[in-house]
Amino acid sequence: MIALLVALAGGLGAVARFEVDTLVARHNRWTMPAGTLVINVTSCVLLGMVTGWVAGHPGLGDLKDVLGVGFLGGYSTFSTASVEGARLLRAGRVRAAVLHAGGMLVASVAAAWLGVAITS
Amino acid sequence: MVSRSEHARLVGLVFVGGALGTALRAGLENAFAPPTGWPWATFGINLVGSFVLGLLLERLVRGGPDEGRRRAVRLGCGTGILGGFTTYSTFVLEVERLATDGESAVAVAYPLVSVVLGLALAVAGMALAGRRPGPPASTTTDSTTDPTTRPTANGSADERTVA
Repeated sequence: MIALLVALAGGLGAVARFEVDTLVARHNRWTMPAGTLVINVTSCVLLGMVTGWVAGHPGLGDLKDVLGVGFLGGYSTFSTASVEGARLLRAGRVRAAVLHAGGMLVASVAAAWLGVAITS
Repeated sequence: MVSRSEHARLVGLVFVGGALGTALRAGLENAFAPPTGWPWATFGINLVGSFVLGLLLERLVRGGPDEGRRRAVRLGCGTGILGGFTTYSTFVLEVERLATDGESAVAVAYPLVSVVLGLALAVAGMALAGRRPGPPASTTTDSTTDPTTRPTANGSADERTVA
């Protein structure tokens, strides 16, 4: 039952990613893609919040799986981030690729730390 | 131009693919995720996903315009299955956990190795797609060299026409 809920939540997360990426792409004025950056940073602050909250409320492991493994796991994406960076590399934009990949990682780690700090 | 019903169908493909990818990831994490140390399950999932997505998207771009069956495959398999299969949030929270647990060396090495190998494997997947025989891509040659003029890897820049 939990496994089914995790999968369905993952489907919803993927749809949320699709819609957020569309929205960001429509307003993005940078020369590099920003949708995945926004998606991954927000997913990390939210998963940090869920993690911090569940740590103080034992017995909510199932809810954490549905929200964390399911929705936020389906919402965030590693493969798209890699392909976006790879496209920049293949276009010869090495500095942009390093900034894209490194910036996303640093911002996401900071966001996760902030999320945990908020709820724990 | 994408009609409202067509948009709903594409969202449905993303949903089903995302559910399948998430189920596969959750199953692999349950079976193989180590409780401490290097998070091998997430590591493997993200690297395999990066390679396959690079291969898939490049293959689709070279196959012709992003419409019809190609768009359905891109959204269902790329945005849905592979996007749902790989995860950035779990990956980053693993880094957080390693740092909190005092595993400093792994907390630094794991994210760097993941991101660098993810990029390398995506490049490798795209290069492999370019080597396989396929229809000539002469009409799309210009756009393939400029990431900003192509659909985003999440698959939605071309959805701008929805509004």
